[in-house]
Order: sequence, then C-alpha cells, then structure tokens
Amino acid sequence: MHSICSQATAVPRSNFAFDSHAPALPTSKPINLRFCGLRKEAFGFSGLTHSCSSRVRFTSRGHSKRISASAENNGTPPKSFDYDLIIIGAGVGGHGAALHAVEKGLKTAIIEGDVVGGTCVNRGCVPSKALLAVSGKMRELQSEHHMKALGLQVSAAGYDRQGVADHANNLASKIRSNLTNSMKALGVDILTGFGTVVGPQKVKYGKVGFPDNIVTAKDIIIATGSVPFVPKGIEVDGKTVITSDHALKLESVPDWIAIVGSGYIGLEFSDVYTALGSEVTFIEALDQLMPGFDPEIGKLAQRVLINPRKIDYHTGVFATKITPAKDGKPVTIELIDAKTKEPKDTLEVDAALIATGRAPFTNGLGLENINVETQRGFVPVDERMRVIDANGNLVPHLYCIGDANGKMMLAHAASAQGISVVEQVTGRDHVLNHLSIPAACFTHPEISMVGLTEPQAREKAEKEGFEVSVAKTSFKANTKALAENEGEGIAKLIYRPDNGEILGVHIFGLHAADLIHEASNAIALGTRIQDIKFAVHAHPTLSEVLDELFKSAKVKATALSHVPVSEPVAV
Amino acid sequence: MAHILQTSFLPSTSTLRRAPISASKRRSQSLRVKAKIREIFMPALSSTMTEGKIVSWMKSEGDKLSKGESVVVVESDKADMDVESFHEGFLAAIMVEEGGVAPVGSAIALLAETEDEIAEAKAKSQSSSGIGSAQVVKEKPKQKEELEQAVPAVAPTASSTKTVALGSAVHPASEGGKRIVASPYAKKLAKELKVDLGTVVGTGPLGRIVAKDVEAAAAAASVVAAALPASPAIAAPVASGIELGTVVPFTTMQGAVSRNMVQSLSVPTFRVGYTITTNALDALYKKIKSKGVTMTALLAKATALALAQHPVVNSCCRDGNSFTYNSSINIAVAVAIDGGLITPVLQDADKVDIYTLSRKWKELVDKARAKQLQPHEYNTGTFTLSNLGMFGVDRFDAILPPGTGAIMAVGASQPAVVASKDGRIGMKNQMQVNVTADHRVIYGADLASFLQTLAKIIEDPKDLTLGHER
Repeated sequence: MHSICSQATAVPRSNFAFDSHAPALPTSKPINLRFCGLRKEAFGFSGLTHSCSSRVRFTSRGHSKRISASAENNGTPPKSFDYDLIIIGAGVGGHGAALHAVEKGLKTAIIEGDVVGGTCVNRGCVPSKALLAVSGKMRELQSEHHMKALGLQVSAAGYDRQGVADHANNLASKIRSNLTNSMKALGVDILTGFGTVVGPQKVKYGKVGFPDNIVTAKDIIIATGSVPFVPKGIEVDGKTVITSDHALKLESVPDWIAIVGSGYIGLEFSDVYTALGSEVTFIEALDQLMPGFDPEIGKLAQRVLINPRKIDYHTGVFATKITPAKDGKPVTIELIDAKTKEPKDTLEVDAALIATGRAPFTNGLGLENINVETQRGFVPVDERMRVIDANGNLVPHLYCIGDANGKMMLAHAASAQGISVVEQVTGRDHVLNHLSIPAACFTHPEISMVGLTEPQAREKAEKEGFEVSVAKTSFKANTKALAENEGEGIAKLIYRPDNGEILGVHIFGLHAADLIHEASNAIALGTRIQDIKFAVHAHPTLSEVLDELFKSAKVKATALSHVPVSEPVAV
Repeated sequence: MAHILQTSFLPSTSTLRRAPISASKRRSQSLRVKAKIREIFMPALSSTMTEGKIVSWMKSEGDKLSKGESVVVVESDKADMDVESFHEGFLAAIMVEEGGVAPVGSAIALLAETEDEIAEAKAKSQSSSGIGSAQVVKEKPKQKEELEQAVPAVAPTASSTKTVALGSAVHPASEGGKRIVASPYAKKLAKELKVDLGTVVGTGPLGRIVAKDVEAAAAAASVVAAALPASPAIAAPVASGIELGTVVPFTTMQGAVSRNMVQSLSVPTFRVGYTITTNALDALYKKIKSKGVTMTALLAKATALALAQHPVVNSCCRDGNSFTYNSSINIAVAVAIDGGLITPVLQDADKVDIYTLSRKWKELVDKARAKQLQPHEYNTGTFTLSNLGMFGVDRFDAILPPGTGAIMAVGASQPAVVASKDGRIGMKNQMQVNVTADHRVIYGADLASFLQTLAKIIEDPKDLTLGHER
C-alpha cells in the first residue's frame, strides 16, 4: 500500500541483486545508489519471514470454489474489462495514480485491504510530522539561550504525552479522510479487501470470511508498499521493543531508548524523543552515523543533531538479539562487531526502536500466477515500472510502483511513478527521472537533498570524463535565518562547470525540506545554473540561500554564450 | 563574600599545559627545521573573517594526513567549515585546542613531513604556542563555572566515593561491576566533568547511572580535590609573606570570590542600619559562656528567630521574576581563613538550641580551618552574618552574596552615652548592624520591621536559651 514518506529508510539497497537486471535497466542503476541507501543492519534478507498477518491468512483461503471456477480461463485475458485501471493499494502512490487516471478519463478502481492512505498517512510521514512539529516547538521553548537572544521569556515548557499523541492521530485521520473523499469525489471505486493478481489483467479481492470478487482491468498497478523491516533475533512486543508503527502512537516516552538504525526514520525519532526528554543510543551497522547522506552534510548534521544532544551511539555493530522488557528486567540488546562478528557489548535500556529500514509488502499478491519472482520481496520492474517476469520478459499491462518495487522508497516517488505509468497507459511514453526526486529528513533543523551526493558525482564524472565543481553557502549569511536566530546550516551545490548542469543539491538548515524544490524543479526541467541564477528571490527569505548558491557557482564562459530561455516582457 | 566558596577548587594549573619553554634556546632549532615542518594556518573563510574558533580537530597529534584531507573544523563569523591539509604528512602538534580562537593567518598546528620529525615539531610548538594557549586559557574558566553550578546542595561525603564501586555493582546488568550501565547523557557529562563512571553509584532505574549521579560524583570529587591541593597552594604565599612588586594570580578560591563579587553587581541592593543595645545580651553571654556558647552562635540564633517572623527577609530572587521562600533558616557566617574566606552554615538555626548550635559552630570552624567543609556546609546559607566587631570596627557595609536575599554586617558593641526617653543620660553598650538586601524581593519596610524584631530579641534575650535540653 504505500510508499513510506521521506522519513523512510530503505532496506539495504546495496545488497540487492538489482544488478541482475542491470542490462534491462541501465538508467535505474545510478538512481538506486543512495537515496534509499541508508543501509542499516546489512542482514541477509534470508531471514525475512515477514508475517504481515492478514496477507498470510489470505494465502490460506486461497482456493475457494468460486476462484477455481474462474481460474479455468486464467491464461487468457478477458475480452472486455470492468475497469481501465485497477490499483492494488491505496497509499500515496496508488492515490496519486488514481487521481491522474481519472484526469485522463480512465475508469479506475483502487483496492485497499487496510486503511486508505497507507503507511505515509497512517504510520509514516504524516503522524511523524505531527510529532516533529511538537518536538520543534519544545526545542525552541526549552532553549533558554535561544529565547533570551530573541528577548523572550518563557517559564518552564512542558507537554502532555496524550495530547501530543492525539495530535498525531488526529492529523492522520484528517489526511486519511481527505484522501478518501478526494477519490470518492472523482468517481474512483474503492474496493475493500486484499487484492491478488490471479492472471493477466485479472484481480480478485475480498475480506476474510467473505467470498472473493473477481474484477478485470486493462491495466493493473501494484502499489502495496512496505512494512517496517525487523531483522531476525529481534523480538518486537509493541511496548518496549517497537517499530515506527508503534512509536508514532507515542504510547510512552521512555527515559532511555535505543534506536537501531540512524537513517531518516531513526534520526527523526531521535529528534522527537530527545525533545520530549528521553536519552537516545543509536546503534548503526555501518562505521558512521547517517550513512547515505552527503558526507559533508552528514558531518555537520552529526555536529548539530547528535553531539550536543543527549545521544550516544555505537557504530559498526549489529544488534543480534533484542529482548523486550519483562519481569522487571530492562530491554536487553546484544551487539556484535559488524566485521568480526565477535560479541561486543550488551545494552540495557528502557525501550528499543527498530528503524532498520522497510521491507516490501508483496506476500500473497499472487505473483506466481503470472510467473513473477520477487527479489527479496521487491517486484522487479524496468524504468517504466513495467513488471518483469522470471524469464526477464515484461508482463503486459502490469506495473508496480512505490516501495513494492524498491526503486526509491519515498511517498512522493511512488506517486510520481504512478503518474508516469498512467501517462504511459494513456498513450504518452514517459520515463521518470529519479534524480530529480527530492528527499527530506524533518529534524530540527531539516536536511534535504536531490540528485547525486558529492562522492557519487565524482565517481560519475570520472567514468564519463567531465569536471565536477562544488559551491557552498551558509545560513549564517542569510538575513531571514539570522532574524530567526537559526543561522546553523549550509547548502551545497554539485554541478558541472563546463555546461552548468546541476548534479545535486544538499541542504541542512532551517526549512531545508521546503527549500529543496527550487533545485529539484531545476533538475526535472533541465534548467542550467547560468539561467536560474537570474531568477529573482524575494528579500529577505530563506530562498536566498539557494539564490546565493547558484550565483556562487562558476560556470565556464563557453556555456554562457547562449541567451537565457525566456524572452523579456515589457510591462 | 559567602557563597563565594561553593567553588570546586579546581587546580587552575591544568590549563597551562603548554608552559612556554625558554624560547631563545629553541629559536635556532626551529629555524633549521622550518623547511620540513609546516605550519597549518587559520584560514580566511570569508572576506569579513578576522579570527576563527576551532570547533573540533578531526585528527589527533601523530595522525597521518593526506593532501586534501579535512583536519580541523573552524567556525568563522559566517559558517563552520572543514579545513583541509594542503600537504601530506603527520599532524605533529596542535597549537590551538578545541574551543580556542586564533586570528586569521596565525599557526594553529604543525605538520611534519615524516614521523621522525613529530617530536621536533612538538618542541617547536611549545616554544611558539603564544596565541594558542593564551586563548585557550581564556576559554577554560567557562567549563569551570559549569562545574561549580553542577555542585548540588547536598553532595555525597568524601568517604562515600570509596563505597561507590560496591554501589554500582548492585546493578543486575553490570555483571559484578565489570560492565557499567550509564545513560547517554550521564556518559557525556562524565566525560565533560572527568568523572570515572566506575566510581559512581547509579540511582536510576535498576541502578543505572544517570546524569544527576555523575553531577553528584563530580561535586564530591571536587571537594576532595579541594581539600588537598588548596592548602599548600594558599599557605605558601602567606608563610613567605607577600613579595612586593609582583603580580600573583588568584587561587581558585580567590577567583571564585572575585567572580561572585562581580556577579553581585547585577543585584539591586540597598542598606538599612540599626543601633541595638546589647547590655542584656552581654549579660546572658557572660552567664552561659562557660557552657561553650559563643557570641557568634548567640547572634546567629537571634537573627534566626527574627527571620522566623519575617520570612521575606529569608527569601531570595532566583530568576528575577519570583520570590523563593526558603523552607529553612540557615545562617551563613563569614569566616576569614588564610588567603580567603568561607561561610560555614548553621542550618535550621531557629530550631536548634543554642548549646547544640554552639557545638556545631565550633565543629564547622575546625573543619573550615582543615579545609574539610562539605559543599552543603558552606553553600546552603539563606542569610549571611558578617561580624568585624572583634577588630573594633563599629560599622561597615557588606556585599550581598549571589543567591541570597540579605546579609547583615555586625559592628563592635561599645559603651555609649545615651539619652533616654525620660530625659536622663546613661551608659549603654550598643552595636550597629547594617543589612544589605536585594530590593527585588526585600523592601525597606521589610528590613525595618525585621531589625525592630531583632533588636527586641537581643535587648530581651530570654528566648535565645529556650528549647535547650539541659
């Protein structure tokens, strides 16, 4: 159902056998590199016996009479269809696809077995943003130094846990009903139950204990999303050993919580928990915290988001065994060295949050009916999101978007992929440029990025033989940031000095997540630095950080010879 | 005065690690090695930058550096930037420590070309560390202050630090003391305050060491440390007298006094004086002196009884917004000890009987001389007494110790010719007292009525001996 929003850490991308498709997807390879490469515990996925409860149950009721009757003509596609498009999974990806499909005049149905909105709206970015809004305000109110500098006086700031939890829950409900209503209003049929592909252009759905319904469609999009990935050896009890699903309910604020994984999810939760008074211990399998971020941004982020806070960390270690608290004993975590595999330490904490990434939710989808084998649970697709079967052939009329294909595990990426698919099935070829998809981590201050990191850009440059330059600007020189007394932060531009192409932009600072879009749009539209630097920014705004960034880039004179795109208009 | 001494008496010498070694001797040598030992300069990170602060060293002395590798993080007026090495070699010596400030273009570290030259470079850095260490010294007192603030009202006694290891072993997770279970913040604090976690008793859940345990341990340790090195350091100049024409830096205690005195300037104080007849008090003193009662104890007791009737005079202003009414009346009494002064505290002076109070006072003075006062014995005062009467001083003015509401300066009791209301002239023993108070919480009328009460108690001192068991 759903891609998980920007806060999601993906499962160990680099371990995936994407290379096996490499010839088929030349363009997707670099893309896979790092957005979701916030690799956590690089556990082999062999232990991924993800029991997503309802799906498992589903397989057990697999053969009802009705189905076996209809299964006779499984091999042949139907002549006429119930729908133009059926989307399995009503998360942000499915929703985006459905809306665009209606706009294109397609008769559309969406199948959802759980709640509309998927992970993002119900167990991901949306409720987490509510918690982070609270943590941001708490941080400000608690920072006496900051308040004093602004001339403000605030007496002791406190919070009511239930009130904070309710805020998150209310936000999720509101967004969920908005999403549901928007689809209903446009005439999208919402079919309730778990969807399974039973053959080409044919899907069945139904609730447990009820007869299944079969529907046909010209095209089918799989958008079933992901669930928190829990490495083996970790026992999740939902109270003291939890995943983001539980943490977002904020049923408790432990004195000391260990967060396994220091990617987006872990980082955001460390921001929330420390603001609410917890102390945090990070457990990271790689040698440094925040892998996957541009190294320079990561370093600065560590200096601001980790070091001064009540956080310590263990890097280069796996948590092999985590036992929930019981009988008056605390949560115990056994750590081994990631390289030597020798026991390293045992931690005893009040709670542990498992933020080791997300695993695709594709069990019981019936992919075997159409000869598709998942790769560690992910549905293999080409750059047009067309599903690839076990023999390496494209499955006609079947697409997979979002976390379930694992290309880029972000809610808005899923939505963009869905729109791209709808474009294709309505007759316009479209390939999504994943390098133009921004990502953000909503800590205080925020981190955002689009395109390549500096090491990735340098690697690419070496291979393809071009030059790479880097420009940086600081929030400390920005009027608006200083007015807010939030001068901590930098913006970094990675570009080609020979033609002014933007390769990547990384921002760490106040409202970085909102600022990144100028850069991501420029990449998406192919705007060059020599053109965008003439665009005007309101003064004083944070956007001037990017303005200054583009202006400080040194594009070679040869690239400047052509005239800016737009003709001047007299007013 | 007074709270002055809630200090931790840190030996101040630790910050002067790089004591300049005779520069002339080294000069010729450093000229010779210059070719191979390069200086790393404070870079100009922006056009407006004149000096930079070292945020952190990413490499340690002795580490190998390759060209272009980040060595140090510098904070300029605009941003924090990584500074890269332009050459290959070994980071031989760090001349400006983390937190230190150096002007643009000045050397902040030395880079040796080969491992063998590290020692040479080190020597060189010691002879030319001028800016670096000077600036670092400036930064250090900040940390010390933090430490002082961390000294809690009640600290474990020195002896308890010994038993600590046993305490932490109780933790089920500690595997008989082998493993230390401390929260992330406790670990951070321990590093900052240089506390060995192995010696800290954990009071958190399941015996875990939490932040306040570390703070308590740091406070206790500083008291122990204070008791030892402080005495020779202070005693020496006194014994040998004062050398004229020299500049002698403050001892830690004197530094603390200095800071507290300067800090007192931020408090709006005012003074109210009163003349009290002491004939009755003198008579009482004569009567019970043989039982070990001292005049200090009598004055403290009288003051405490008066304060009990005027709680506002026993209050203080912590944040500029509120009255903090203290639950107990603890009379701090300023005592001069060699090279400084300290304020032992008579706790609950209004409740404790005069004999016990006198014994307690003697004990405190003995401890103060031996520099063995525990923090709670000198920093919990709610009202301070300063008495210079024994020197014949008839009146003076005291500075209000930060964190309290009022201090009373007591002059000598002297015979005076007094005209009484009925028109007669007589001789009476009189002493002048002068109270300095924080006008944010204590107003003129408050002090006036407090002094009136005090005068009544001293002039009719029968209440002073009430409540005793003998």
